Amino acid sequence: MAVSIGAAPRSTRERRRTGGSAGARTLASTFAGYFILIFFALVFLYPFVIQIANSFKTEPDAATHPLSPLPDPVTLGAYEKVFLNTDLPLWLGNSLLVTIIVTVGRVFLDSLAGYALARLRFPGRAALFSAIVAVIAVPGVVLFIPKFLVLNQFGLYDSYTALILPVIADAAGVFIMKQFFESIPVSVEEAARIDGAGVFRTFWSVVLPMARPALLTLTIISFQGTWNEFPHTLVAVQSPELFTLPRGLADLVSGSLGKGTQYPLKLGAAVLATIPVAVIFVVFQRYFVRGANEGAEKG
Amino acid sequence: MADMTAPAGGPVTGARRPRLSAAAREGVAGWLFVAPVVVILGLFMLLPILMALWVSLTEWNGQGSPFRAGVPFVGLDNYARLFTEESLARQDFMTSIRNNFYYVLIVVPAQTVLALGLAVIVNSRLLKGRTFFRAAFFFPSVTSSVAISVVFLFMFANSGAVSGLLNLFGIDGPQWFSDSRGTLHLLLGALGLVDPDAPPAALTDGGPFGLSWWEWLSGPSVAMTTIIMLVVWTTSGTFMLMFLAALQDIPVTLEEASRLDGAGRWQTFRHVTLPLLKPTLFLVLTLGTIATWQVFDQVYVMSQGDPAKTTLTPAYLSYKTAFRNFDYGPGTAISFVLFVIIVVLALVQRWVLRDRDAVPRPGRRTRRGKA
Repeated sequence: MAVSIGAAPRSTRERRRTGGSAGARTLASTFAGYFILIFFALVFLYPFVIQIANSFKTEPDAATHPLSPLPDPVTLGAYEKVFLNTDLPLWLGNSLLVTIIVTVGRVFLDSLAGYALARLRFPGRAALFSAIVAVIAVPGVVLFIPKFLVLNQFGLYDSYTALILPVIADAAGVFIMKQFFESIPVSVEEAARIDGAGVFRTFWSVVLPMARPALLTLTIISFQGTWNEFPHTLVAVQSPELFTLPRGLADLVSGSLGKGTQYPLKLGAAVLATIPVAVIFVVFQRYFVRGANEGAEKG
Repeated sequence: MADMTAPAGGPVTGARRPRLSAAAREGVAGWLFVAPVVVILGLFMLLPILMALWVSLTEWNGQGSPFRAGVPFVGLDNYARLFTEESLARQDFMTSIRNNFYYVLIVVPAQTVLALGLAVIVNSRLLKGRTFFRAAFFFPSVTSSVAISVVFLFMFANSGAVSGLLNLFGIDGPQWFSDSRGTLHLLLGALGLVDPDAPPAALTDGGPFGLSWWEWLSGPSVAMTTIIMLVVWTTSGTFMLMFLAALQDIPVTLEEASRLDGAGRWQTFRHVTLPLLKPTLFLVLTLGTIATWQVFDQVYVMSQGDPAKTTLTPAYLSYKTAFRNFDYGPGTAISFVLFVIIVVLALVQRWVLRDRDAVPRPGRRTRRGKA
């Protein structure tokens, strides 16, 4: 980014040298550029405006003026209904519980494995790493029924364990952590080891503190992925008491509660499902960006 | 180190630091470190696949264990039924393949072009507010697919936001989610080539795999186009970031030199920028293809395969067959066929888009082909 900012004045100067018409063309293309950017910003963001606005509308208002960003009258009726007449508080609790446990578990287990694959010499390391890469390549959709079969066989189906355990470690996270640990210099660890610290001790108090950016990236993509996870909940649980927010929301839309349109209510629930990730996105945007590009690297 | 600290002394120190060479200790530590991940992935990735392979060869109905003695073993019947037998199962499966094929055909190019276009504009050095626009385009990618499907359900509802918007331009929009008409049929009709209400007998009388040629040529249904729009809208942002990262790696001087040499903006993009983006372009196309063949969440929330099965996809069909009809064998067979489709397409794509300048790895491809 710094490079491009520094380069901007130079390129304008060069363009100006070529004459007035080029300057006019630059102006025109700047204008066109902004037009396209603003148009697409509207396309990408207005659905969220519609979502939020309509969750504060009455049902007739949402039905007659779906496009309007201003509720008339503003009402909290939909949210009252969501909290009092649906199991949403329960789903919210389940989602929080599952997401926090899975995120903490993933960050810890993935960094342990990533560190071992990057630094420790043990027999079978290369083969194991190939296996991890192969696992990343398995299309998730193929595992729906298989995961159910295993959970069912072990008697775990329809439990919190079924929601948490199968996803508490992920191959992509191991890959990200391994790449990161390989990028930091070995010398610090070696110093610690020479001072007599054991392998775990070195990992825990010397290496992990240096890995903060990678850990934060992994925390954020794990949180986002687990919070939004839907298909896994379909094959892991069936009792409404174990529904997470996406599962409950899907049930709300297609199931018995979805009778009639009740769009403000559904959109309100969707808003609540979006808020945590939206907040984290705004605060930690650059880690999201990094996460997306780590994804590119692993492919 | 081990020799110094483990002099076979007191039981406490002896237990904590067993007498092992440094290399052996590192080996043990290595396996201890990876053990949890190995166990989880083994139990919930590898074992499930093996178990599912077995179930796909049976007629297990979900009662008790699939390894019980009473579970009927049917060999490859569940697979054969998808391709050879004249049956509802085959018709549904082929319909889902058709639907997903058109879906991929539109979504992958659309999201790639949109992502690239946005990345180029966001990367433009003359514009301000790039961080904001980058965030705006990326935001839909990080939100819940279920939540966003609910929003699109509302927007595309009859007399909903989209219909209202189209009305502003004097267009009478379709009843999105209940419209099962194929868009290719509509296009052919609009061009006056074929009457969609009375297609020629040559097309309706026969065709491969239990669907008539006319059915194969439907294009995505109007209902499916809403899911297409939703997915292009949600995924473009992620791919835009990948293009953006690649664009920022291109030295500014390279493009400027080309412009100074008199190349136009388009020529510079076409002959300087695009070739440098090739690896990213291939990656985006491959990831896009793999992801689009797995479309599930949106179908589950928005349409459940309706109307008239025109949004049925293999992923949703396999779920429905197993968990709604309790036909676990056929459902699992569908997911393995989908697996093969995805792997084959990914390999074909890698081969077609391979870097022709690179030295090919000798001899491997021909031998693989026979396996």
